[in-house]
Amino acid sequence: MSQSFSPAPQLDGDALIADVLIVGGGMVGLTAGVALASAGFSVIALDRAPLDAQLDAAFDGRVSAIAAGSRRALEGIGLWNHVLAQGHVAEPIRDIRVSDGDSLAFVHYDSRALNDKKARSASAPPSEPEPFGHIVENRTIRAALAARAKELPNLTLLAPAELAGVVNEPSHALASLRDGRRIRAALVVAAEGKESALRAARGIAVTRWSYPQTAIVCTIAHERPHGGIAHERFLPVGPFAILPMTDDHDGRHRSSLVWTEKTALVPAYLALNKADFDAEVVRRVGDFLGRVESIGPRWSYPLSLLHAERYTDERLVLIGDAAHAIHPIAGQGLNLGLRDVAALAETLVDAKRLGLDIGFGEVLAGYERWRRFDNVLLAGITDGLNRLFSTSFTPLVLARRLGFRAVNRAGPLKTLFMRHAMGLVGELPRLSRGEPL
Amino acid sequence: MTDAAPPASTVDATVDPGEIARFSALATEWWNPHGKFKPLHRFNPVRVGFLRDRLANHFGRDPLADRPLAGLRILDVGCGGGLLAEPLTRLGAEVTGIDASGPGLMAARLHAEQMGLAIDYRETTVEALAATGAGFDAVLNMEVIEHVADRPAFLAASALALKPGGLMVVATLNRTAKAYALAIVGAEYVLGWLPRGTHNWQKFVKPEELRAELAAADLTVGETTGVVYNPLSDRWSLSRDAAVNYMILSTKPL
Repeated sequence: MSQSFSPAPQLDGDALIADVLIVGGGMVGLTAGVALASAGFSVIALDRAPLDAQLDAAFDGRVSAIAAGSRRALEGIGLWNHVLAQGHVAEPIRDIRVSDGDSLAFVHYDSRALNDKKARSASAPPSEPEPFGHIVENRTIRAALAARAKELPNLTLLAPAELAGVVNEPSHALASLRDGRRIRAALVVAAEGKESALRAARGIAVTRWSYPQTAIVCTIAHERPHGGIAHERFLPVGPFAILPMTDDHDGRHRSSLVWTEKTALVPAYLALNKADFDAEVVRRVGDFLGRVESIGPRWSYPLSLLHAERYTDERLVLIGDAAHAIHPIAGQGLNLGLRDVAALAETLVDAKRLGLDIGFGEVLAGYERWRRFDNVLLAGITDGLNRLFSTSFTPLVLARRLGFRAVNRAGPLKTLFMRHAMGLVGELPRLSRGEPL
Repeated sequence: MTDAAPPASTVDATVDPGEIARFSALATEWWNPHGKFKPLHRFNPVRVGFLRDRLANHFGRDPLADRPLAGLRILDVGCGGGLLAEPLTRLGAEVTGIDASGPGLMAARLHAEQMGLAIDYRETTVEALAATGAGFDAVLNMEVIEHVADRPAFLAASALALKPGGLMVVATLNRTAKAYALAIVGAEYVLGWLPRGTHNWQKFVKPEELRAELAAADLTVGETTGVVYNPLSDRWSLSRDAAVNYMILSTKPL
């Protein structure tokens, strides 16, 4: 690929000039910065918090399931090698077992059953099936992003820096920061998360509803190895997931728990002493991993769904949670954000290669048409799943158990579900297919 | 993007401010992706992509390079608001845009100036330009010949404006029942390409007629490519089906 790089941001009078300004330096925002800078755009990304704060162990205790399609995209933008370089932090998911409460009905997804060439990464040896995804600690992803950003001279990080406002001029957006600095860019990307101020400032309405559920997240150490198997159990109160992590430095086997609970009860669970908390964990995990204990801090995240009525405005595009936040039931939130990034990068690269203004409405409309269907579909599926599984109403319970058995037996349907979980269904961006931009 | 060359021709400082406001409104209309020219904006990427790829191929460039058309002198006949001229300029070409509409040209000039693009817009005809012996690497007659009174004379003048070895691209509408039906029922297909209130089907031209006319202008006629609209995906794509919209390449012998 012949690619000339735009220079690092230039000064015009007192204003910094870049092709793209990204507001929000979280996982999705910075990945967008890396993707666009890797594609040759000059990019400024800003965040209210200093970057070091994000790398602190106490900042974010979650892990993310990086689906196969997302991993390919991260490889394509030179980020995945930095993830691997952080140490033993990416645990492949080779098997997903989804079960319903305490029943024996379950769907068993085994990556070895997906024997088609399309589902295999070009780099993997032919005998090794491509895993569904990898479980990676969020702080590892953040550290990898910071390391990759340093390699890109055309990506500038401004943090801490806070946006005061954006004014559109005919050929660019002019952003002012609270500290008085100004930035000129052809396009502004809103990646500030669920409570996006840019989205609110443009009057883009959102559909939102909160679930009466909160996710408790913690790490457990266990006696037996997990074998790369992810478990998702649909308990009456909500989903309960056990996600395989790498062993820690002392060689202890570890998994991450995502334990959905009624919001009202969560403070009480979080306040339990270790022995009582561990007892509650064991009641839910069972004994298949041998002795189990919680390690490290406990976090909690309230669950809510949000979807923006549109993803674009004049010289503005929304990505990640600023556009859509879904129920984490299927582990797809970050993956959707990363697919936004892959689609946006491809849209902008194609526009630049056609000599189009990358902030032009028709260009941005292409990104929106591409992403909206996928995002609405998953928001609907995950919300539906949560409602379906958060019930103990007998006919529904019977129906979903029968459904599980049917899916498990129906080969093509199961393959489709598996490929969907891998992020390999639909019109995929080139990056998600493992191709260069 | 950061094209910062000074504009070649600026909006005349002696023009009445009221007029400027009118041109500005017209420029805004041309460049509003949700306005009256929305169908043209949706169509534009496929034809810009076609032009980029064929021009790059003809002149031995890499179409995915940063400025694949660098240094090529291109004449955009019937340039309207500059929807082709601007992207081709960003791809490195030195574009001259001509149009018979004075206000339209002022709007194009104003917009290029706002975008920091150097484009030579002139209110003239291809016949007048050819008479000055202007040698262009490429002449683009995109959706204009269906407006022209004397097509053979127009094509001969266009050929004259080309350098030997240069490339001419003509895009127009086929004279088929399908094109007629779509032109009448679907504004999407022709909006902005035909004079208001006229659906003059007789001005549409069949590819074989156009090929004969290009050959008569001493050009070597190349490929014919169709452009089709998919109403389900709301997207245009290149096709072998030339029943409605199509483009013909031809070259001037060395």
